[in-house]
Amino acid sequence: MADTVLFEFLHTEMVKELWAPVARRGGGMSLSVLEGLGFRVGQALAERLPQETLAFREELDVLKFLCRDLWVAVFRKQMDGLRTNHQGTYVLQDHSFPLLVPMGSGPQYLEEAPKFLAFTCGLLCGALSTLGFQSQVTASVATLPACKFQVVIQKS
Amino acid sequence: MAMCIVVIAKENYPLYIRSTPTEYTLKFYYMVHTSLDVVDEISAMGKALVYQRELYLGLFYPTEDYKVYGYMTSSKVKFVMVVDSSNTALIFQKLHNSYTDVMCNPFYNPGDRIQSRAFDNTVTLMMIQVC
Repeated sequence: MADTVLFEFLHTEMVKELWAPVARRGGGMSLSVLEGLGFRVGQALAERLPQETLAFREELDVLKFLCRDLWVAVFRKQMDGLRTNHQGTYVLQDHSFPLLVPMGSGPQYLEEAPKFLAFTCGLLCGALSTLGFQSQVTASVATLPACKFQVVIQKS
Repeated sequence: MAMCIVVIAKENYPLYIRSTPTEYTLKFYYMVHTSLDVVDEISAMGKALVYQRELYLGLFYPTEDYKVYGYMTSSKVKFVMVVDSSNTALIFQKLHNSYTDVMCNPFYNPGDRIQSRAFDNTVTLMMIQVC
């Protein structure tokens, strides 16, 4: 099926075009455009996907929806692990994240990895925002292609 | 026959209001505004309900009787419809689908008033069906 490859190629080009090196001492990179893109897409996806499912009873249900339905819709696989401290922090683990798989496995290219996770962080943040939760999503990579997304739900 | 359809954002401000005939508009706004309280009540006691998606509010106006129907999506967007009678489930389904299309439009910023002509057309079709 050609669909997954199309998105992967588009994503690769997006990252190449839209990441910006921060022009101050110490360098680093600005990924806010990519996150913003992901945010808007996440908002629309979270509107369209839960159509047949019943209303979410609580936060954990929303996170399970993200790990199962959203991940399957975007990456054709489920999230491999979900952990929580039951106080608003969730860690989503993916052992082989499809957007990192083409880069190879192991510690090479570790510094480049965050660029490829920014869009997905925004995606999660946008989906949560439509479903009613303000959140902060950060991603970390220990070894490619496994990665972890940390979601902190902000209590208002 | 008169009817009114309102789309309300999760922060409880209206995203889209359409009513016919136009001289009842103010009356409809008032009814919809008061029905927001009922929506909040029902969603607050939501844990007790099993099927929370569709809510039916029976609100009758003294001189003419209208029924006010409500529907809430998982993103807390509410559709409120003031109508004499009809098969509301189907109408809400179509409204929800149209709203999802509006949301997926990249030129639409979530939280703005809905100005999509496609959405207008869907609502017009439904009003024609009912009236």
